[in-house]
Order: sequence, then C-alpha cells, then structure tokens
Amino acid sequence: MLTEKDLLGIKELSVEEINLILDSAAAFKDVLGRDIKKVPTLRGKTTVNVFFEPSTRTRTSFELAAKRLSTDVINFSVPTSSVVKGESLIDTALTVQALGADFIIIRHFSAGVPHLLAKKLKASVINAGDGTNEHPTQALLDAFTIKEKKEKVEGLNIAIVGDIAHSRVAKSNIYCLTKLGAKVRLIGPPTLIPEETEDLGVVVFHKMEDGLKNVDVVMMLRIQMERQGKGFFPSTEEYSKNWGLTLDRLSLAKGDVIVMHPGPMNRGIEISSEIADGPRSVILEQVTNGLAVRMAVMYLLAGVKK
Amino acid sequence: MRILIKEGHIVDPSQGIDVIGDILIEDGKIKEVISQKSDVRSRKAPPHQPPLSKGGIKGGVSSELRTIAAEGMFVIPGLIDMHVHLREPGYEYKETIKTGTAAAIKGGFTTVCCMPNTYPINDNASVTEFIIRKAALEGLCTVLPIGAITKGQKGEELVEMGTMKDQGCVAFSDDGLPVMNSLIMRRALEYSKAFGVPIISHCEDLTLSEDGVMSEGLLSITLGLKGVPAEAEQIMVFRDILLAELTRGRLHIAHVSTAGSVKLIRDVKKRGANVTAETCPHYFSLTEDSVKGYDTNAKVNPPLRTKKDIEAIKEGLKDGTIDVIATDHAPHNRDEKLREFDFAPSGISGLETALSLSMKLVDEGVLTMSQLVEKMSLNPARILGLNGTLKSGADADITILDTKKEVRVEAEKFASKGKNTPFDGWMLKGFPFITISKGRINEWQ
Repeated sequence: MLTEKDLLGIKELSVEEINLILDSAAAFKDVLGRDIKKVPTLRGKTTVNVFFEPSTRTRTSFELAAKRLSTDVINFSVPTSSVVKGESLIDTALTVQALGADFIIIRHFSAGVPHLLAKKLKASVINAGDGTNEHPTQALLDAFTIKEKKEKVEGLNIAIVGDIAHSRVAKSNIYCLTKLGAKVRLIGPPTLIPEETEDLGVVVFHKMEDGLKNVDVVMMLRIQMERQGKGFFPSTEEYSKNWGLTLDRLSLAKGDVIVMHPGPMNRGIEISSEIADGPRSVILEQVTNGLAVRMAVMYLLAGVKK
Repeated sequence: MRILIKEGHIVDPSQGIDVIGDILIEDGKIKEVISQKSDVRSRKAPPHQPPLSKGGIKGGVSSELRTIAAEGMFVIPGLIDMHVHLREPGYEYKETIKTGTAAAIKGGFTTVCCMPNTYPINDNASVTEFIIRKAALEGLCTVLPIGAITKGQKGEELVEMGTMKDQGCVAFSDDGLPVMNSLIMRRALEYSKAFGVPIISHCEDLTLSEDGVMSEGLLSITLGLKGVPAEAEQIMVFRDILLAELTRGRLHIAHVSTAGSVKLIRDVKKRGANVTAETCPHYFSLTEDSVKGYDTNAKVNPPLRTKKDIEAIKEGLKDGTIDVIATDHAPHNRDEKLREFDFAPSGISGLETALSLSMKLVDEGVLTMSQLVEKMSLNPARILGLNGTLKSGADADITILDTKKEVRVEAEKFASKGKNTPFDGWMLKGFPFITISKGRINEWQ
C-alpha cells in the first residue's frame, strides 16, 4: 500500500513503495497486451490534466492511462484557461477540484508546485514534472524498463548523460536507481553537473570515454537548445562532439547495453540515429511502459485512505 | 505626566549601567536612573537622593504618577531597528506606517529606519517629507527614512543626499537592488562624506545570483530550486570594503548571511577601516532546511544558509565583527506568499520576533545582555547619530521585557499586516512587556 494520497517525487517514496508500483505496473502491462485494453477499475472517477508547460507525450500517456482505467479525463491546458486572465495557481487548482477531480496530474515550470497543491487539495496530486525538481513517473517507467530487460536494477552500472543540472528526469532517476541499488554515473560538462551532485551517491565523469566503460544502461537526456551560448556550453556542435552518443563510444559499454532516452530526442546532437533506431535502443518500449506505470500509480493512489 | 519604573534590571551600555533600580520619566524625557542595591555593578552612583523614595508616590502629585512594577524584568533603552520595510507609500496592502510601527512597538522597538523601495521610491525629498509627516500623524514610534543611493534605485545617478538629509534621511541604501556599477558606488561613498551619512549596502552580485531563490548546494539541487552561491554576497562585500578603504567613506553592510562575509568584515576591521555590519535574527536562527517543503515564508534575500554560517555569524556577533542586529522586516500579503516558490516575494515579517530570537543568544552565552542592547540599540544609534541611551534628558524610549515567560509565536496575531514568518508556532522567551516611546506607554499581556 502507498501511504500518501499524492505522488510528488521519488524522494518521498520508500524502496518498498517503488517496488510495489513496479510490480503493479507489470500486471497492467498484461492488460495492455490484451485485445480489450480497458479495465473498469476506476469507473466514475475524474482525472484532470493540468499542464502549465507544453507536453505531448507525458500528457497523452497520462490521458490514455486514465482512460484505460475508465476514469473520465479532462485536459486543462493553460493558454485556453483563465490563468492567462491572471487567476492564481491555487484558485485554478481549487476550481479544478470543485469540478470533482479525484486525480490532478500537474506539470509546472516551477519546482514545488505539486507540493503546494497537495497541501491545499483533497484530490490526489500526481507530479508530471515540476521545474528542475522531479518527474517521478518517468523514473518509474525507466526503472520498469530496465527491470524488464535486465531482470533487476541492483548492481547495474547505469550512466546518465547530459544536462543533469536542469533535468528533472535525471534527478528522479538518480533517486530511484540509487534506492534500487544501481551504481549510477553522471556524464556531462562541469557546467551542467553541479559539484554537490556527488553527495547523492553517484560518480561524476566529464568524458564519455571514461564514463561509458562497462555500463549496462546508458540513459541519454535531451539537451536544451536554450542553454547554448549562456555559458553552459558554447555551441551544440561542440556539445555533440564531446558528449553525443555515437556507436564508437557505445562500444565501450557492455555488449548487452541498453540505450534509453525520455524523448523528445535531438537526433544527431545527443544521440546518433543509428543508435536511436538500432538494436540496443529501448526508447519506444519506454513509451509503452509509461502507460502501464501511470496506470499502476493511479490505481495505487486510489486505494490510499484519505 | 510622570512615570516611575520600579525595581527593574536596568541595562544601559551607553553609561555602563547594569543595576537593579528605578527610572523616573518626566514629560517624555528620562529624569534619572536610580540604583537601588548596593551590590550592583554600577559604575555610576545615584547623583542624589531619589525624590520619590519617601512617600512621593502617595504624595500630592500621585494623580500624575504612573508606577510600573518591573521586578524581575529587564529595563533597556528602546530598541532601534535600522533596517525595516514599512511599504508606505505605495504598497499599503502589505504594510503601512501605522501597522509597521505598531509591530515595532510590540517588538520592543522605539525607532525604525525604513528602506526606500516604496512606490514612489524614496529618492527625493518630497517622498522623505511624506514619510516623516505620515509617521508624525500615525506612527507609534520614531520613523527615520533611509533614502535611495541612486535615482529610481537604478544604480546610475546619485540622489540629492544633502537635501534629503535635511528633510530627515539618516542613511542611504539601494536595498534589494545593489549598486552594481563600482564607479557609482565609489561616488556614493565619497559624496556622502560631506553630510556624514552612512551608505548601507545590500551586497549581492546580481550577475552571479541571477534568478536564484535559495542557498546553492545539495539542497537546492534536490529541491530543484535555483541556488545562489555565498560568493554572490561575498564578492560585493569585498568590493564595497575595498571601496570604503579607498574613499574613507562610511560603509554599513546590510544583512550579513555567510561565514565568508563575516571573515571579510573581520579582516577589514582589523585594518582599521570605518566599516560596520548588521545581521538579522533569521540568519542566526535558521538554516536552508527551512525551505524544505517549499515553504515560501522561508524565502528571503539573502537566502538562509547553513549551520556553518550560523556559527560564524554568532562568532561575529560575539567578537564585535557584526555591530548590529536588524530585522530586515519585510511584510508581504498572504496571497503573494501563497504561490510558486520561484515567484513568491522574498522577506520575513520580523519586528515582532526579533528581540526574543536574539534573547536566545543571551541564553546560549553568545552575548551578554549588555552586548545585546549594544547590537539592538546603542550601535545602530552610533552609526546613525541617534540616542540609544537612558541618560537623563534623553527621550524616554524604553523597553521592558519579560525574560521568563514562554510565549508561542502566533503570526495571525501580529500587529504587522505581514504574517509571513517561518517562526510561527515557535515557543520563545523574552517578549516586551511594555514599550515606552517618547514617554508614551504601550502595554501587553
């Protein structure tokens, strides 16, 4: 059983809770493999997607997960809402709740927004990405995918490559994978990996050739074009030259390495197309698994006594 | 009207007094301090026989005499807060001169110096005049304005310091918006010498702090909030210290929050420079951990730092590196704080908790009571050319505090409009029992 009504971050979860979600996700993945992919589990419940940042894949994945569980789904996207008329965040959230929402899936560009809403709302708040803090369901689906491919997470060497400083995906994955016993390495330019990150129990590398040796999993992060020319790295060309994933570099990893990416990808910049479309890539499986994991999260949160 | 404060523990570092005794007030002025016990450490004998000691209270003038029993309480010069935001004119929804001075009185302060970041900004004598007039009409304690250093706090052009001083400004500061241009800062430190007014510097390298909202470190990474390194403060502390040495101007460094700043200031004082510094109760009471859970009441600029910084600040207070405890009272409206951490305004409503939080330093042995009074009254008075004393003839600005009774901080009951405090619910000792401002008695409990 989960103990909190909300999923705010991996930080807040115990190892048991993470495993519970992953095990439940396996059951839902079976459902998704059936001819009829919908279960009546949460019929009558209402899910509202509140997205303050553009998102296609995460929003769609949550929407579909909610529908597969038979909840009614509304998408509340910011440009069409009263937020542009100056409504405060709290008022927006209370309004959504007053419509009868049981689940509020929130994405916001500012860290801590799901935490603020969770305190104010009776509905279950699910963090779909808050600023540079966390993106817990992404980490859960990544862990699920790794477990599916490698049977376990414990003891694996996993490299996360790219803009760690600004990546909520990286943060959630660091917490999740270290909790599950993996040996996590971070690779990227020093401007994008803060010194203190090592205190999280990871090892930092600044050269791909050093960091990729013998890894079981490579997790690439999307490089934000906005960072170039702001002192983080001079150009995407130079970034790609030093920290892009190429076949040569991937050959340093274990033979059965898997390559992951949360998407959307910058092909030819952080990852070459041969790899993205190649046999080591599990990128599309991540997307499918995301559905199962999000169903599991909603199902388990619905069972929490409020 | 006469007031007799009886049998209090009088501490007045301006006269080296630490005695059990009485204070007589007449017509809003201190008439005299009368030591009662012979075993006290008074360096000053009572000048003559107390006029009221033999039946004076019961005598013919009793109708005019108010006696305050202060046994077991500290009786100290009224506190002076050289760093508050009263928000008026322009942001009356956050605070007014009336509510801000009520909060001051409740917190034991009889003088507050208000920062210029109002709307309009106090960068010309007419705004200064407005504040002084409004304070005379509605203020419950003395209000002394601090003018902006530059017009519009833009860091480009000096204000008319002489004219503004004549109108009542006691210091100049672009608080909240540091003067980034070193040449302008140099000129400010030079020009202000003509009028003998200090330049108060909010030290922050804006290009380094960028849009950071908390202390930079592991916690800022794990909360996903943008951090501000301690160096953003220290770089500017060092720059301003060097400029003060270059110009021999009067520099006062506002709200010191890092161990590195304490060290820089200690070193410059050793070199004999005329630099003073302040810190605030939250910088020796709280660490960045208060930000956990995205509590916007713990969002303050400069940000809360680490245990190591708290220890250094206490050391700096103890050894005299930090001269002053000010509040940086920054009241905000409830709705402004109830929002995304990134967008909530910085600041703590501090007037009503400052004294009791600072009294913890006395309990811990960091400061003696006399040193505490120096930090909260005498030193700000010296820096700004004010009183801060119980000498006979001075305005009767006196704070009487109960150091035994433990009281729960209840933000909702603040006199300030700003209920934004990270200390809500704390149990603290050392709240004022009576604050006398220019002979007017304000009482609680």
